[in-house]
Amino acid sequence: MGCGVSVATKTQGNRLETEDLVQTPNRALTMKAAVLIQRWYRRYMARLEMRRRYTWNIFQSIEYAGEQDQLQLSSFFSFMLDNFTQLNGNGPDLISQLLDPVVDPWLDRETCYNFISVPETYTGPRLLFPLSVSDTNALLSAFKEQQTLHARYVLQLLYETKKLLKQMPNIVHLSTSCTKEITICGDLHGRLDDLLLIFYKNGLPSAETPYVFNGDFVDRGKKSIEVVVLLFAYLLLYPDYMHLNRGNHEDHIMNLRYGFTKEVMQKYKTHACEILQLFQDVFSLLPVATVIDGKILIVHGGISDQTDLDFLSSIERHKVKSALRFPRRRFEQLDIDHSCRQVKRIKSTDASLPSSSRSHSKTHRKRRCGLSRQDSGTSVSSSSSSSSSSSSSLCSPQTPSCLSSRPFPSSPSISYAANVLQVPFLDSLSSVPPPSPPQHEKEWKQIVDILWSDPKIQDGCSPNTFRGGGCYFGPDVTRKLLLQHNLQLLIRSHECKQEGYELCHDGKVITIFSASNYYEDGSNRGAYVKLGRELVPRFYQYQVSRTTRRLTLTQRVRAAEGSALRALQEKLFVHRSELMAGFQQYDQSHSGFVSVSEWILVLEAVLTLDLPWRTLRPHLCRVAPDGRVEYESCFEDMGPGIPLPQVTPNLAETLFRYRTDIEIIFNIIDKDHSGLISVEEFRHTWRLFSAHLGVDIDDKAINDLARSIDFNKDGSIDFTEFLEAFRVVHKLEIKDQQPIGTTNKSLCQEKSLLQ
Amino acid sequence: MENKQTAGYLVSDVHKKIKAAFEAFDYESNNTVDVREIGTIIYSLGCFPTQKDLHDFIAEVEEDHSGYIQLNRFLPAMAKVLLENRFPPIAEDLLLQAFEVLDKEKKGHLEPEELMRYMTQEGEPFTQEEMDEMLTALADPETNYIYYKDLISQLTIDPNI
Repeated sequence: MGCGVSVATKTQGNRLETEDLVQTPNRALTMKAAVLIQRWYRRYMARLEMRRRYTWNIFQSIEYAGEQDQLQLSSFFSFMLDNFTQLNGNGPDLISQLLDPVVDPWLDRETCYNFISVPETYTGPRLLFPLSVSDTNALLSAFKEQQTLHARYVLQLLYETKKLLKQMPNIVHLSTSCTKEITICGDLHGRLDDLLLIFYKNGLPSAETPYVFNGDFVDRGKKSIEVVVLLFAYLLLYPDYMHLNRGNHEDHIMNLRYGFTKEVMQKYKTHACEILQLFQDVFSLLPVATVIDGKILIVHGGISDQTDLDFLSSIERHKVKSALRFPRRRFEQLDIDHSCRQVKRIKSTDASLPSSSRSHSKTHRKRRCGLSRQDSGTSVSSSSSSSSSSSSSLCSPQTPSCLSSRPFPSSPSISYAANVLQVPFLDSLSSVPPPSPPQHEKEWKQIVDILWSDPKIQDGCSPNTFRGGGCYFGPDVTRKLLLQHNLQLLIRSHECKQEGYELCHDGKVITIFSASNYYEDGSNRGAYVKLGRELVPRFYQYQVSRTTRRLTLTQRVRAAEGSALRALQEKLFVHRSELMAGFQQYDQSHSGFVSVSEWILVLEAVLTLDLPWRTLRPHLCRVAPDGRVEYESCFEDMGPGIPLPQVTPNLAETLFRYRTDIEIIFNIIDKDHSGLISVEEFRHTWRLFSAHLGVDIDDKAINDLARSIDFNKDGSIDFTEFLEAFRVVHKLEIKDQQPIGTTNKSLCQEKSLLQ
Repeated sequence: MENKQTAGYLVSDVHKKIKAAFEAFDYESNNTVDVREIGTIIYSLGCFPTQKDLHDFIAEVEEDHSGYIQLNRFLPAMAKVLLENRFPPIAEDLLLQAFEVLDKEKKGHLEPEELMRYMTQEGEPFTQEEMDEMLTALADPETNYIYYKDLISQLTIDPNI
């Protein structure tokens, strides 16, 4: 960093001599000017970096908090499944079909897809099995041109993939001696652009360019079907050079929540169910691990201190259809209202919890949601969405006496393993029958650990309470496993990294993530890693750019930041009543103000998001001249999609908060994809959902709401319109909104600042 | 003159700000940050140190070249910096003058090669990466010129944190 000729002058004062400006600038002056500009610019860049960091924090916290929410949904489905068999008048229960399908003999028949006719007007690829390069090329061009593959070919492709996968072991062993370098890619999450970019930069899969794709091909992105069809097509084409590991999103329950199910239903209306069922089978048949040269282990999530690769090789992997459900059990018929209200009370008054989960969660990375923070000293009732924390209370000895008549599953002295297994599904139920046979649990846990775990910095292995499954594993766990199986490196994915990859555990663990711009345009790069015979990893990064003009870092940070802050504001809005109750605890005199520290305490207690609230405060609310926070200003910028007359705040908030989940349920009920469900179905679903949540909402409130919004159409409810009312909208957008009945959806769709 | 109470209030406020900035980089919640992040932290607290200022500050607070900085040493040192206003912000007009000094021909703009030459060879030189980013950020997309007058006000507007 030398600049040979000139002498570095220390800028004592900040003044430039004005006379010098008139003359030809001398050496020293130029120097001073340069240093000044450099100082200014470096400071500017540092500020940008700071903003980028907390934007990242926000996205990640909300993402992990959202993953907790999905436990709600899965337990709700279990609940529905076991207690209400028929939601529709006739025919098999659709939800039951989706969640727990009996093997449909129709689907296993060789020629079932042959009965589906492909019209002459279809201009997409017509695949010919066994596949050849011309088929995969046809798929590539078709998808680049936004075409959709016909359902018949999707089914056939899935059927063939299923046949192939059945022959594969749980752990696939590869060797670099037969091939050139192996390329390993991480999460794609339905980002077709990233996949195409990888193929473009690195080459299409072939004997010269073998690939391992490490899970999470679907969900979140809009082109999950295209991504996974391409991957399966190449798998069929080159089974020796294309390898796929299962990820935690290759799971039909996750798909319900994170968009894959919806995408299939939208693109394949009539055949969606069959397709989804086949996907479910195929996903559960994906191998769970790949080993290269007996030295490099590749799994999607990570490992635990219980991971046993030999045992893992021996189990029947396809039996673990979803990480989120046990093999189905019969729950006792419950008195819904009574027990749910009991449970809600438990959540808000529970003071002492088994210490295990709390102390463990304190030791890992800051970016995790602060689940360890229970309700603070205030008696704010915790929201149901953060239920996983309360669930551990069900295993504690401090059981309220009203529930003691029912048998309890386990004592708190059981190791964390049992807690993680049983607890997430029980948040709304007061008891369960004794657990399934241990063998089942062990197998399930092996797979869940592989698919869901994350590395942490400290030694040890603790339950991954935020994800709801798997664990946090420390460098000692890694060392032990690698040693045990004579391995030298663990490659995993599962976590988004700013640079697309990251090393940890002293270089023994690599995280590789291949979906660029995951949270927002410009949020992160994607990467892939290549390994040659010497097994030295080489990283390649990229970033898909959606605009033709290259954005500056400033613009990208601004856009991402805007997006993150809006997401955060929405979070505040949908928890408004709890937050207000919390603030008012500190503001008994109803002045409308609390101190910054009090404001932070309430936010942390209600939202359980581990964020730098003090730093974010200026973006979220106003302060008075004396420095106190005007807490109602937090909610000022947000509002409902359309004015909602006569809605109790409680109901409105519940609808806002669970909008996505409710939408999923409606979509499932709406078998013919008409956008309409019957009033009775609507009421029934709503009753179930609110019972499950323990929210006290009666029929009258729902009926009143339905009437006031006036979306009834001949005894049916247009649920899309209903839900539109509960999409949280930023008030600045409302001015530009067109009247109801026109394309509200497209306007509300785009959330980022950059249109 | 400030009485003791107000002075005390001021100091604790400063401490809180410093802690908040520090915590953003304290990934393991053990009151430690990587020394390479210190610059970002100091800048984010509103200061405009030179590179040399930064090196001197780090030398004061780092423990035996461990590569880490502890909060208990950072806090008092940083508090002093803030209360003394040791690295005050650069006034906009001063910045403008600096650009005008470099713009020898008084064109009203700088050409990328000009700016690059100054930034990478004078003062406390930029790395190539810093230079590339600066050009991307500041250069006009069509002409590639750096119209510094407009830039200064644009880029100094950021949220007051």
